[in-house]
Amino acid sequence: MTSVASGVARKKKFSSSAVLLKVSMFLVIGAIAYWLGSNLVNDPRAFVQVTINGINNGLLYALIALGYTLVYGIIELINFAHGDLFMLTSVFSFAILTELLGAKEPGARNFALLLLVLLFTMAFGAIVNVTIERVAYRRLRNAPKLAPLITAVGMSFVLQWIGLKWIGSVPVNVFTVLPATKYEFAGIEIAFKTLAIFIITIPILITFAFIVNKTRRGRAMRATAQDKDASRLMGINVNQTISFTFAIAGAAAGAAGIMWAQTIGTVSYNLGFQLGLIAFTSAVLGGVGNLYGAVLGGLLVGLIQAYNDGLAVGLGQRWSQTMVFSILILLMVYRPGGLLGTSSQEKV
Amino acid sequence: MTNTTAAAHHAHGSSNKKWAIGFSTIVAVIFLLNVFVLPNTNTQVQRFFNAWFSLNSLAEIMIWILMALGLNIIVGYAGLLDLGYVAFWALGGYVAGWLMSPFFNQVSINFFGNPREGLEMGIHFHVFLVLILGGVFTAIWGVIIGGPTLRLKSDYLALVTLGFGEIIPQFMLNGSNIFGLNVTNGAQGIGGLDAVLLFGHEIGTFALPEKFLMVSLLAGAMIFFSIRLRDGRLGRAWLAIREDELAASMMGVPLWRTKFSSYAIGAVGGGIGGVGFAILIGGVYADRFNFVISIIILAMVVLGGMGNVWGVVVGATVLAWVNSVGLVQVGNLINNTFDTKFNFPSYQFLLFGLLLVLMMLFRREGFLPEARMRMVMNEDKLEDLEKVTDDTKIGSH
Repeated sequence: MTSVASGVARKKKFSSSAVLLKVSMFLVIGAIAYWLGSNLVNDPRAFVQVTINGINNGLLYALIALGYTLVYGIIELINFAHGDLFMLTSVFSFAILTELLGAKEPGARNFALLLLVLLFTMAFGAIVNVTIERVAYRRLRNAPKLAPLITAVGMSFVLQWIGLKWIGSVPVNVFTVLPATKYEFAGIEIAFKTLAIFIITIPILITFAFIVNKTRRGRAMRATAQDKDASRLMGINVNQTISFTFAIAGAAAGAAGIMWAQTIGTVSYNLGFQLGLIAFTSAVLGGVGNLYGAVLGGLLVGLIQAYNDGLAVGLGQRWSQTMVFSILILLMVYRPGGLLGTSSQEKV
Repeated sequence: MTNTTAAAHHAHGSSNKKWAIGFSTIVAVIFLLNVFVLPNTNTQVQRFFNAWFSLNSLAEIMIWILMALGLNIIVGYAGLLDLGYVAFWALGGYVAGWLMSPFFNQVSINFFGNPREGLEMGIHFHVFLVLILGGVFTAIWGVIIGGPTLRLKSDYLALVTLGFGEIIPQFMLNGSNIFGLNVTNGAQGIGGLDAVLLFGHEIGTFALPEKFLMVSLLAGAMIFFSIRLRDGRLGRAWLAIREDELAASMMGVPLWRTKFSSYAIGAVGGGIGGVGFAILIGGVYADRFNFVISIIILAMVVLGGMGNVWGVVVGATVLAWVNSVGLVQVGNLINNTFDTKFNFPSYQFLLFGLLLVLMMLFRREGFLPEARMRMVMNEDKLEDLEKVTDDTKIGSH
């Protein structure tokens, strides 16, 4: 009798907290809408300008987030080392393009070199990522979840150390090969760098989406993500498929790395930690495991960050990181499955 | 299984008193050595001890032990990965900064405090009260952080704690003007903490032996509570959840509440350690609190053996020593002997990263594990008949 009564009481309490959750969620959304709306009314032109900057960064975030989402989708591992892999590829692109090939100013030859080194950097990212998986994560695939997570954290430190030894502890300026030209449309400036990001990242994103959705390899990936044992029985080489996933993730990080170095203009050894967190937030925002979710999440995080940093009414740049992590935490509270994902409550 | 656990449990209980005596002896020897013996020795001996085992580094080791044991409750006992433990350190430190310094000079509150001459403005609480409030404050934050996320998958918890581990130090760094109020004094931090007044005896800024004794007492208390908690009802519930959540909940362990309490209690360790550290260095400075600290504490827990108090104590001692003086001193020794010029401290990242990776690959249970933890961490290596396979675990996919 008492147990029944307490059960009922607990159930009731639970639903009231759910109502509280809903109400507070609408309050948060309302506050964000008010903030953006008031900025739009204040100065529409600046708003559009900031939006373009946001999409610019957002596309880079999307490329990194892709790596998180693919790896999480297939082996349910938050690859903490992914942000540092991105850092390492940006350092690699700097070492090859700027230092080795000496491409330090805009020009047709240097732009061609950029495209060439883009491929190299993507290959480099893929190789490093596959090696990490082969050396560390594969041996821990059946181990308790804590083990691969801690390994990933350790790997991120190792990669950071390589970056530190490669370029030193001070951020290094990169001489970009992209011209500083700006185009003006109806009072809104669009830099050539922004266009370059669009031209280069969008085809890459489409290619990856095509690989995952339309090819045989992609189908094998999706099958492995759903059920490893069943896919093995169906004749899929599970180890190879997982390696392939890591290769794609690494290549995406490589593309993001070189574009970051060329457009933002600095590389540093501790870039990966921050960018990794931002990208993971993007992946979770979109729904981790969902390819389009990563792109959507990356764009949204880029926009929110740009609005916060650039708009007249905003907290300003020094709270930028705090904003991103707050999004992450709010998401965990209200919609852990992300915008396009499914719920990920602990299955008990 | 039952037999081994019972035996391990028994051995654990009997070694309890022995270790308490051992710990007190070590602390007493270090204290007496520094107060009575070292001042009377020649400069060469003094220089050796200052370089390799300075009292300052030993006192810091005690703080690291406290931190590692706090994290051990979360990671080792309950099996929840926390990657932002530095947040609790920061929060505890700032509680000390707020409550026993002239920082809030808009008010003048003195509750058995010990303000310095001419600096009576601000809040001055007794150190015991500050320790308690530091623990309570971090426990509340543990609840705020853990509450919404403990219902989620465990790896999401790692992310959210990581996020908080970044947000809270950043708040401290940027918090010099929150709606016009200077809350944290930004990057300059809060310095000039009150000297601790214990039983009529004032521990001055440079009274290192007394400070060492004080933080050792805190660490000793943490060791005691860690052992007692582990053997109690709550501790056994934590271990059950760590090993098999489903089975634990079937046995009537309330999952969420138990995880929640591990998170809050683990946070208290960080808070008290934060207060202790602030008193030790006489202030609290925001730029110290970064992700690397969280990882170092995690490495201490992993190295020693998750869940085993003495393993964690040894792990924390070794790594804290390596980190503060060991790497530099051993490096100098090698460079002088072989006439090389390696910059050893710059290998810190590699050292901690490789340590975590290699430990997970080859000795997941740590160097001083319990029999029980070894079985948990190596479940995948057991024979098919011994292990709970994926097929029998409902909801493992």
